[in-house]
Amino acid sequence: MASGAFRAVATAVAIFLLAAVVIATKLYSDASAALTNEVVAGLETESRLIVASAGRDEAGDLTREIEQRQRFASGRLYLLVDARGGRLAGNLAGIPSELAGKPRGGVFRYAAPGGDSPARQAVALATNLADGRTLFVARDVDDQRRALASMRLTAFLGFAALALLGLGGGYAVSRYALARVEAVNATARSIMDGDLWQRIAIAGSGDEIDGLAINLNKMLDRIEQLMAGMREVSDNIAHDLKTPLNRLRNRAEQALREDAGPQELRGGLERVIEEADELIKVFNALLLIARLEAGALEGTIEQIDLGALVADVGELYEPVAEQAGLALEVKLEPVTIAANRQLVGQAVANLIDNAIKYSSGVAGGARVTVSLVRRADVLEIAVGDNGPGIDAKDRERVLARFVRLERSRSQPGTGLGLSLVAAVARLHGGNLRLEDNQPGLRVVLVLPARPEKDRPALTSPHPNIRAPALT
Amino acid sequence: MLEAMRVLVIEDDRETASFLHKSLKESGHNPEAAFDGESGLAMAREGGFDVLIVDRMLPRLDGLSLVKQLRAGGDRTPVLFLSALGEVDDRVKGLKAGGDDYLTKPYAYTELLARIEALARRTAPEEQTTRYVVGDLVLDRLAHRVTRAGDNIPLQPREYRLLEYLMRHAGQVVTRTMLLENVWDYHFDPQTNVIDVHVSRLRAKIDKGFETPLLHTVRGSGYMIRDGDR
Repeated sequence: MASGAFRAVATAVAIFLLAAVVIATKLYSDASAALTNEVVAGLETESRLIVASAGRDEAGDLTREIEQRQRFASGRLYLLVDARGGRLAGNLAGIPSELAGKPRGGVFRYAAPGGDSPARQAVALATNLADGRTLFVARDVDDQRRALASMRLTAFLGFAALALLGLGGGYAVSRYALARVEAVNATARSIMDGDLWQRIAIAGSGDEIDGLAINLNKMLDRIEQLMAGMREVSDNIAHDLKTPLNRLRNRAEQALREDAGPQELRGGLERVIEEADELIKVFNALLLIARLEAGALEGTIEQIDLGALVADVGELYEPVAEQAGLALEVKLEPVTIAANRQLVGQAVANLIDNAIKYSSGVAGGARVTVSLVRRADVLEIAVGDNGPGIDAKDRERVLARFVRLERSRSQPGTGLGLSLVAAVARLHGGNLRLEDNQPGLRVVLVLPARPEKDRPALTSPHPNIRAPALT
Repeated sequence: MLEAMRVLVIEDDRETASFLHKSLKESGHNPEAAFDGESGLAMAREGGFDVLIVDRMLPRLDGLSLVKQLRAGGDRTPVLFLSALGEVDDRVKGLKAGGDDYLTKPYAYTELLARIEALARRTAPEEQTTRYVVGDLVLDRLAHRVTRAGDNIPLQPREYRLLEYLMRHAGQVVTRTMLLENVWDYHFDPQTNVIDVHVSRLRAKIDKGFETPLLHTVRGSGYMIRDGDR
């Protein structure tokens, strides 16, 4: 109940009401003063007129004048008294008690003639004449006063209604908002309790709380994805690392068990080291991918000649291709890009390495083509082979860590090559595309060609990751 | 064979330190060991070492600060960093702090040995050499020409750089990773043994048809170029 939202609404209502009351009070007192002034001014004029029309100080004239006036006037009251207070003329019975001791007159009550209505209010003005008599001219202001009173009452009731509505509305709104925040809280609690697939309900109103819920849900989806990824990785690690670990263990055991001579022992140990090296490679690749996915590129970006880099990596593999009896063709455009030279180099190396591995031995001559072209605002490094290719349904899958299609299980490699390339692409804001090379596979590494100045996040305080050359 | 080097191993893991100590001794060098940064720095400052092997994570004074302080004192003894840290920019940090080479754990001892031998040799004022000679193989850096027994051997630019690096380290083991890093400037694992293919191509050009092979494969380590008799 004492929610922050309600407190805020209540404060706003209070401030609003205070302001309204101040304004209304001022308006009321101004209106009331204006009315009273008008009445008093009217009384003064009339008093002067009565005295003037009497002309002389004769009692008869003044009495006649008063009697004439009171005949036509409703709500007009007159009284003429002598110096001792005795009534001489007028439609008032005597000096009202309220006016005793008030030489200038004032407010008093009187009984309306011919009615049982209660005493009505009137305002009187007293004029002392030279001969000791006093003339009272008064006007009935009862209707006026009633109107003002009813105005006061209306205003009071209005303000009370406003306060009730404001507080009630504020309470309802805060209850509604609270209920929705509480729904978010409840979902968060059940997620914390392990119900990880829970999502916050969307009210469909498109307001800020919905926006918050949508974003939180997206965040939860992303976390779930990451966790699923982690789980998959640990499953795959378990599977793909346990096998070589077991092999390593077997070899060590075998070397010990057989009554082996130093030569056999030596051979056994060498094979153990080979297995260990393979394991280290897998670990290194895994760690690198994990680091790339954590987005740790900061400070390792430099402006590189991508054409030269691709040519360079192509040249690195050229003798390997030649030895495998396949043709390696490299077609380039000179382009520069802001990137991590080592990572992009490794990505291109992995692609060429794969292409050579999977296409060598193809009947009619294996062929690997590497190309670098600029298309609109992206650079595409494409590596195509004419090997067996990958079925459309499997293409997405091979990008996942450790996934090696059945027929390639016999090939050496960690199964991490393509997912590393994909991670490098993502880290640079690009992506990896697998296509049909008809026949064979074509892998396209797409990198954004934006100039460095448009990528402030990637600018680097020390743009050189390379070790100084030893020359 | 290289003359014995005085090597200081600064490594807090006693097992690793004693493994390195023993192995270096067996390789014919004179190792000493320190187990924390402060005593390592003190020993390094006494001088007389040909190369320092410094772990990055050390108690009391970390490896980077140790080398920075050493360099601030004008000491140029070559430093090889050993580290379990392999972040993308850790190598850069190590080299910026004044290290000369960087090796990530786990490593092969042969790799470490080849690297410290190369580092120790680097202090020799050989950088200005204009000609490398191994047996009857001559690499003329001014003329950019390679001859064997007086005959010109045409080489591709990359083959030339490969041979130049091997000859600068004549008589020393040069690992595949060292070649990849120094001849190609790549700090990643190219999966297939691409380096082997490049070396065998080079070998075909410089050794084929000659009685004495100069470019040797060192099993389990890498390559070495040397005159057959030595």
